[in-house]
Amino acid sequence: MKSLWRVTLTTLKKDIRLEWRSKDALNAMLFFSLLVVVIFAFSFDPLSEESRHIVGGLIWVAFLFAAIVALNQTWARELRNQVLDAYRVSPAPANALFLAKALGNFLFVSVLEALMTPLFVVFYNLHVLGPAWQLIPIGLLGTWALVVNGTFFAAMSVRTRSREIMLPLLLFPISIPAVLGMVAGTTAILTGEDSARFYIVLLLTYDVVFTTACLALFETVLHAE
Amino acid sequence: MNAIKFLFAAYIATWLIHAFYLGTLVRRFSRLRRELKEIGKK
Amino acid sequence: MKWLFPILSILTAILLAYALYQALVVAPTDALQGDVYRIIYYHVPSAWTAFLLFFINFVASIEYLVGAKPSARSAAKWIVIAIGVIGVIATFIPAVQQMLPNGMRPTAVATTILLIPTSYFLIGKLFPGQRLDVLAVTTAEVGVVFCTIVLVTGPIWARPVWGVWWAPGDIRLTSTLVLWLIYVSYLMLRRFSSGSQTQVLAAALAVFGALDVPLVYFSIWFFRTQHPQPVIGGGGSMDPRMLHTLLISWMAFLLFAFLVCRSRFRLELLAREVEEAHAMASLAGSPAATSLPLHRSPK
Repeated sequence: MKSLWRVTLTTLKKDIRLEWRSKDALNAMLFFSLLVVVIFAFSFDPLSEESRHIVGGLIWVAFLFAAIVALNQTWARELRNQVLDAYRVSPAPANALFLAKALGNFLFVSVLEALMTPLFVVFYNLHVLGPAWQLIPIGLLGTWALVVNGTFFAAMSVRTRSREIMLPLLLFPISIPAVLGMVAGTTAILTGEDSARFYIVLLLTYDVVFTTACLALFETVLHAE
Repeated sequence: MNAIKFLFAAYIATWLIHAFYLGTLVRRFSRLRRELKEIGKK
Repeated sequence: MKWLFPILSILTAILLAYALYQALVVAPTDALQGDVYRIIYYHVPSAWTAFLLFFINFVASIEYLVGAKPSARSAAKWIVIAIGVIGVIATFIPAVQQMLPNGMRPTAVATTILLIPTSYFLIGKLFPGQRLDVLAVTTAEVGVVFCTIVLVTGPIWARPVWGVWWAPGDIRLTSTLVLWLIYVSYLMLRRFSSGSQTQVLAAALAVFGALDVPLVYFSIWFFRTQHPQPVIGGGGSMDPRMLHTLLISWMAFLLFAFLVCRSRFRLELLAREVEEAHAMASLAGSPAATSLPLHRSPK
């Protein structure tokens, strides 16, 4: 177990360092996230009374788009430099690579979300009517739900034709219960009309089930020839 | 009755979908058999 | 054996015609919905058939994934046996029996649970090695066809009865939609990837899909309790004559599905044969080919 964590952390640190050095992709994605929020602000009137009910959905759709853009280039660098082949023959546990990628994506998408959220608050004049602290578990669990499956499916689609479109095609159907949980939970907290407790439990269950599945099947997928 | 229209629409839609799929099967079969014959000739 | 397929086809056509007659003429008119409810005799059997096909796909995918590693294969075997044994025993425990929905007899549940290990071993025996993957792609494709019919006839039924084409809280139709989406993405994955990795990737996706379905069901179930929605398809008990017609219709469609699957299975085998022939033909052009036995013997 110790070597698993060591390899994971090493790979994660390497990825973060590489991303930080080439800030182009980072900046492009930040700007993309901002654009999405602005487009939504123009498309859905922020001043109407109903907006509080739909903002939950808008926010998560925006996060979903940003996550797809981030996830798509998860394995691109590895593919370019034949790192995946090196990983296949190395004795390092495959799950370490997966965890490093997933954690890296999680950090990156969380940064994007942290930047988009104040924009939503500003454009939609949001104030939270329910227990605001519950937004944190929903945000964390929801983001992990998207990222863990997204990293796995990105690895699957990296060797297919049209790999950029393949990722959302695979990710969206499977993510539907998680998206329902995120959106309904966020809406419940924003409007204060319902309890978000069930949705938090749903997201937790989803995360446990699919993290296990990804860890169990990643090695098989990596070695698929 | 207006509602009966929906009943017939559903039944017809079902068979149209089945017919369409069976048609694709037939098309794929004939294309593969043709290909097999061409390879055999070479 | 060559005459078997045409004879079964004629039999199926007769059975389908009989089912149609039962559905339109013999079955009584519904007190609430009038004659429109007869859509159920196409809608529900298609759904049951689609779910059965997807279940077979799931079993075949698992067997394909564990097939490579003997340790995984025996582990899966014991897990499946355990599910069967524990499941059957559980249905005799009063606490569990109380949790069952009204009208479901414990023996029916036990029989259904026994289907899991039965189908696992049957499929493993009948479809060795590569044929598991052929079965997987067959059941996925034909399953999508039947699932499409469910999603088309569902709204057509809902509109005259409830006034809406679609209700997001309709747990059955929405779950079916997600299942359809998952398997369409499965088929796209198969189309867009190449080589033998296709089979492993697709099998992994099928497992993910199967894990997803109960979560979908639960999430929509809770959502519905918060936002009450019309239920399409009705619930509760059914007039025995309607149930009788429903089962006849299902038998007819099941036989029809079997024949379609058989054709698709054959098609896939032919496609792989052609691919192999292509590979052999291109090898024939290479200098190393002189030692290969490349003349196809007549079958």
